[in-house]
Amino acid sequence: MTMIGWAQIALVLGCALVLAVPIGAWLAAMAQGRLGPLARLDTAVLRVAGVDAARGQAWQSYLLAMLAFNAAGFVLLYALLRLQDVLPLNPQSFDGIPPYLAFNTALSFVTNTNWQAYSGEVAMSHLSQMAGLTVQNFLSAATGIALAFAVIRAFAAGGVTQLGNFWADLTRVTLFLLLPGAVLAAFAFIAMGVPQTLEASVTATTLEGGEQVIPLGPVGFQLAIKHLGTNGGGFFGVNSLHPFEGPSALATSLQIILQVVIPFGLCLAFGRMVGDAQQGRALLAVMLGFVLAATLAIYAAEAAGNPLHIAAGVSPTQGNMEGKDVRFGLALAALFTATTTGASCGAVNAMLDSFTPLGGLVPLFLIQLGEVLPGGVGSGLYGMLVFALLAVFVAGLMVGRTPEYLGKKVQAREVKLAMLAVLVLPAAILGLAGLSLVLEVGTASLQDAGPHGLTEMLYAFTSAAGNNGSAFGGLTADTPWLNTTLGFAMLAGRFGFVIPVLAIAGSLAAKPRAPEGAGTLPTHGPLFAGLLAGVILILGGLQYLPALALGPIAEHVAMLAGQSF
Amino acid sequence: MLRPLLSLLLGGTLLLGMAVPVGVTALAGLVLPEQAGGSLIRREGQVIGSALVGQDFQGDRWFQGRPSATSAAPYDASSSAASQLGPTSAALLEAITTRLVGARDVPADAVTASGSGLDPHISVENAREQIPRVAAARNLPAERIFAILERSIEGRELGLLGEPRVNVLRLNLALEAVR
Repeated sequence: MTMIGWAQIALVLGCALVLAVPIGAWLAAMAQGRLGPLARLDTAVLRVAGVDAARGQAWQSYLLAMLAFNAAGFVLLYALLRLQDVLPLNPQSFDGIPPYLAFNTALSFVTNTNWQAYSGEVAMSHLSQMAGLTVQNFLSAATGIALAFAVIRAFAAGGVTQLGNFWADLTRVTLFLLLPGAVLAAFAFIAMGVPQTLEASVTATTLEGGEQVIPLGPVGFQLAIKHLGTNGGGFFGVNSLHPFEGPSALATSLQIILQVVIPFGLCLAFGRMVGDAQQGRALLAVMLGFVLAATLAIYAAEAAGNPLHIAAGVSPTQGNMEGKDVRFGLALAALFTATTTGASCGAVNAMLDSFTPLGGLVPLFLIQLGEVLPGGVGSGLYGMLVFALLAVFVAGLMVGRTPEYLGKKVQAREVKLAMLAVLVLPAAILGLAGLSLVLEVGTASLQDAGPHGLTEMLYAFTSAAGNNGSAFGGLTADTPWLNTTLGFAMLAGRFGFVIPVLAIAGSLAAKPRAPEGAGTLPTHGPLFAGLLAGVILILGGLQYLPALALGPIAEHVAMLAGQSF
Repeated sequence: MLRPLLSLLLGGTLLLGMAVPVGVTALAGLVLPEQAGGSLIRREGQVIGSALVGQDFQGDRWFQGRPSATSAAPYDASSSAASQLGPTSAALLEAITTRLVGARDVPADAVTASGSGLDPHISVENAREQIPRVAAARNLPAERIFAILERSIEGRELGLLGEPRVNVLRLNLALEAVR
């Protein structure tokens, strides 16, 4: 670890925080329908789509609209992938994507997971990348933000039954935030060297006289929304490590900023909408604390290097360089990894499978904590609010008072639903990973022997259920078993979580916002932030410790003892 | 519900999946043609590579890039890949030991496979260690090679971000220009 490394981390996170302020203000304005000069365009678009923005939906109708839209998106994407061989814009003449893989990939992009059991440059036509995957990058991100709007409204208002209009929220977020943001970022990336062309590839004659086929494509635009929408699915197989997807340290820094700026901004939007900016900052502070701690842990573990390799004769100066490219440096690799797993993005600028055991433990654990640090666009905030409800509930139990959050009484129904939501993740992760580790159809996919193999499988289901999408790449994921089970894990992690959350929102929206009393636990100060962090660690993380002990922790001990597998 | 659903999904696909990316592609081709086309390097009209994508150098006359784990051949740009071997993998330890050929204190980037398999850069230390070999193969004084190398070092971006590094293809092109 070096001072200059920490200066890089500080600069990038600082830029993200500064940018989150105006984005947070704009998110709040959109959620409240204050569109300024864009109002006329908004009205016109919504009229064509047959949407009356003023007609609010109760939580059930909001949920139903969201589910129907995502189901239709899944069907369309599945069809596009299966039929890409007969559709246009397929310059490399790739075959149609086989059924299991298409099922997995379509679910993956619709749920904002972007787990990839394929390698883009050898499987996906330009049409699939553009009209299929890129479109879902936008729509799944907009779905998440729309859901967050609905949940915030439930806290902000009192005694209402309606949470807003899903179609209007979806349209506004897409047209007035994601699209302009992605176009701007795309040009920044292209200027930094990311290709944006419909050419398939170019063949170079190398200096030594060999032949090198260099793949090209419409990468820049997809790259921009991949980070801004915390999607994470790469154009190329090695994602943001590819020199065309992560051409420089500057490009990787911009990617880090993009993947946290909306989750950060949503916290601030939450504060604005509930009428107390401090409330939003408290949530943001908890997220930042975890991101910094995780970055520190990854940076330290990777900078220390791999003792097995150092003993063999590798200089310890550069740290662990297997699976990393030179241009980013360890500090930005650590910050990228902490934010991409904390923010449910899932892009990578360093190969997690080759991290030291503790360096790999951190991203795994960050996802397991529930993807709320800061979490995906929208999903991070509503996930965090679930933990906030549980935190005030725990505090209420300690002092024997009815817990309340922002003046809303938190009662048995909300707490039961919150626990149901929080339990979806460990059930999917530990249940399905456990099953895959005892069945031969699962273990056949493992590359590494010993505890690292267990970590690979655990990571896959964690990433899928957490809707993250990053991978310990050693696992052979393109098998019928893993394509199917990982697909179900993604479904559970997205919709199994969101249904109870919207039910909570519906029930909270109906409650009046009571004024603070003398016994109210303040939820904007360090006391609450600490309590919230504790609840996230204990309720979100504790159940994974046995599995982590068998995987990365056992591997760390073995590595220190000089053992390889 | 059907009308908003279909109009937003299909309208969204046309706008976000076709109109905008095609528009961005066209505009990028106009204002940033070099970068949008892959930052290609041409010599006498022929494409010899991309400034951003590493290529394979085997001979002693060249500075050599990092080990590459792409499958068909090293630096196969049509299929980017990392080794994906874990930290306690015996296969990885063996590969690194083979690359070390008994040497000690070797810069890590010289014996570990890059994450992309296409890393265009090596560390400055790694490049300096290669000077004697390149000088001998080219029959040039080491100081001469050293000077060319020093000029090829790229500093941190904006003076802060990333690591100092050497682009192997550009360095080898500079070497070729000396003859």
